[in-house]
Amino acid sequence: MSDQVTPEATRSGRAVRRARRVQTLRTSAGLFFRNKMGVAGLAILVVFVLMALFANVLAPEARLSVTNAPGAPLEPPSARFWLGTDELGRSVLDLVIQGSQISLLVGFFATGISMLIGAFIGIAAGYFGGWGDVILMRFTDWFLVIPFLPLAIVLAAILGQSLFIIALVIGITTWPGTARVVRAQVLTLKERPYVERARALGAGHRQIIGRHILPNVFPLIFANTILVVAVAILAETTLSFLGLGDPFSVSWGSILESAFSEGAISLGAWWYLVPPGLCIVLVVLGFTMCGYAFDEILDPRLRKR
Amino acid sequence: MNNASLLDVKNLRVLYEVRGKRAPAVDGVTLSLEAGDALGLAGESGCGKSTLALACLGLLPHNATVEGSIRFQDMEVIGAKPGRLRALRWAGISMVFQGAMSAFNPVKRVGDQVVEAILLHEDVSKREARTRMRELFEHVGIAPRRSGDYPHEFSGGMRQRVMIAMALACNPPLVIADEPTTALDVMIQAQILNLLAQLREERNIALLVITHDLSVLAQVADRVAVMYAGRIVEEGSAAELLTGPRHPYSKSLVEAFPVVGDSLSRGVPAGLPGDPPDPAARPPGCAFHPRCPAAFEPCDHIDPVLQTYGSRRAACHLVAGEEA
Repeated sequence: MSDQVTPEATRSGRAVRRARRVQTLRTSAGLFFRNKMGVAGLAILVVFVLMALFANVLAPEARLSVTNAPGAPLEPPSARFWLGTDELGRSVLDLVIQGSQISLLVGFFATGISMLIGAFIGIAAGYFGGWGDVILMRFTDWFLVIPFLPLAIVLAAILGQSLFIIALVIGITTWPGTARVVRAQVLTLKERPYVERARALGAGHRQIIGRHILPNVFPLIFANTILVVAVAILAETTLSFLGLGDPFSVSWGSILESAFSEGAISLGAWWYLVPPGLCIVLVVLGFTMCGYAFDEILDPRLRKR
Repeated sequence: MNNASLLDVKNLRVLYEVRGKRAPAVDGVTLSLEAGDALGLAGESGCGKSTLALACLGLLPHNATVEGSIRFQDMEVIGAKPGRLRALRWAGISMVFQGAMSAFNPVKRVGDQVVEAILLHEDVSKREARTRMRELFEHVGIAPRRSGDYPHEFSGGMRQRVMIAMALACNPPLVIADEPTTALDVMIQAQILNLLAQLREERNIALLVITHDLSVLAQVADRVAVMYAGRIVEEGSAAELLTGPRHPYSKSLVEAFPVVGDSLSRGVPAGLPGDPPDPAARPPGCAFHPRCPAAFEPCDHIDPVLQTYGSRRAACHLVAGEEA
């Protein structure tokens, strides 16, 4: 073969491929970091995720004891309690930090469930078509038109109050949007010539879906995921605020709920209401900004030149 | 009984159900192909060429009904069980698709897509499949190093080469090439056609080349069949048919190409006005008579049958009259 050793030829295929993968990742990352909105969103999220991860270090659970609270009821912000105290004398800052853990956890878990159902139904309906598609889509429409809150309240009331149930309830009420978007994409994908080629290769349905359809809808599912997380966190807050959350754990929604029921508004205890509310707004904003930034990366038509 | 034929199509009819009407896209085609043969199938868009190819692979859409028989190596393709059809595809008959740009999955490496074809049909390890894929790449003239690239990193001609490598992956006895050189420039066209001809020689593969471009067939086919409105109207050896077509439709197809280098006879290539008939509303008599420059008395009410004249077949009253 060739006697001259070029640097290209001496590198193994695997090394070349790895280098290329790193390069692709770097390009996408570059695009993301050039997007100011995305960077801001990501910064917000990093702060909150770190807060949730180190919640037990920043605000040890012992300090949230109801019987042995460190401060007096409804103390305004001070050097000791930066964000004041609640009606039981616990630091609101500690509550908010602990709450971030539950809010994010439920948000992610619910999104996972929502994505699984949505992607599964969307792909099945789009790929197989026919009567199955009609039935699955009417089922999806049915979930889509049912107002979210009443359904979630009923489900939470029937199934009981625990974090897992709350996540499940949010998951099974937020999937229809994903299913519709995924189905629409699969409908165009399955008509692509390479899918016909795969069929001519003798590939079965599992092979075609797994190797040709799924990798092509994955970016869409991923971008959708980020936006659904924001919805899920908001939903968790709503349910907790309505008293349908897990009574044994603190989330931003449940802080708001107790602030409301203790009359924080009429007492002028703004430090009890504003921090959890602000956290929710910031996290939802962070996810939405990241979601839009990803949308732009994945859809070159949205990219500004 | 010619059991020796590799592919034996008899009285094939394919009807598409469109808005309650049944439109025959292929209307009684009979042809056979021996091992190592190269048959060209020519005709305008919409005359049933691609439908015929898809029928051979059992890949027709759900709204199609098929009648007649397609035998491939003693296996009846029509009505075969899905499992047997899947085994037949690619291992028995593979296909070079038109427009290789879109026949590759854009998010998968081209090498992996060739490996996929091998792994689907043969019980070999991934490593063996990769080795074979690299050999195939080399065979079609692409550096195996490029197998880790994505389809968009290839030029049109290279993609078509990879497509051919993929078609050869399982060593099938028959390769169907559906418009293998559409959208390629003439230089690349010639390269691809040479490659096909060379591979056919080396591996004794039978080729069924589908095209509307007769110059393609002059390069790769031994025999040519011309289709019009779902039927074969003329068939003969490539040399005979391309230099001396007898059916008026074949004549118009041949005349539609300029003769390069012959400045006297060259002139303007002659076009054929009109469109092929709607399969759902076939004209009475010969389907070609409304456009035929040589139509005469029987053409508008008697449907000519495909008759054998020596080494050729034709379905035309004019040819029948000349022969009589």
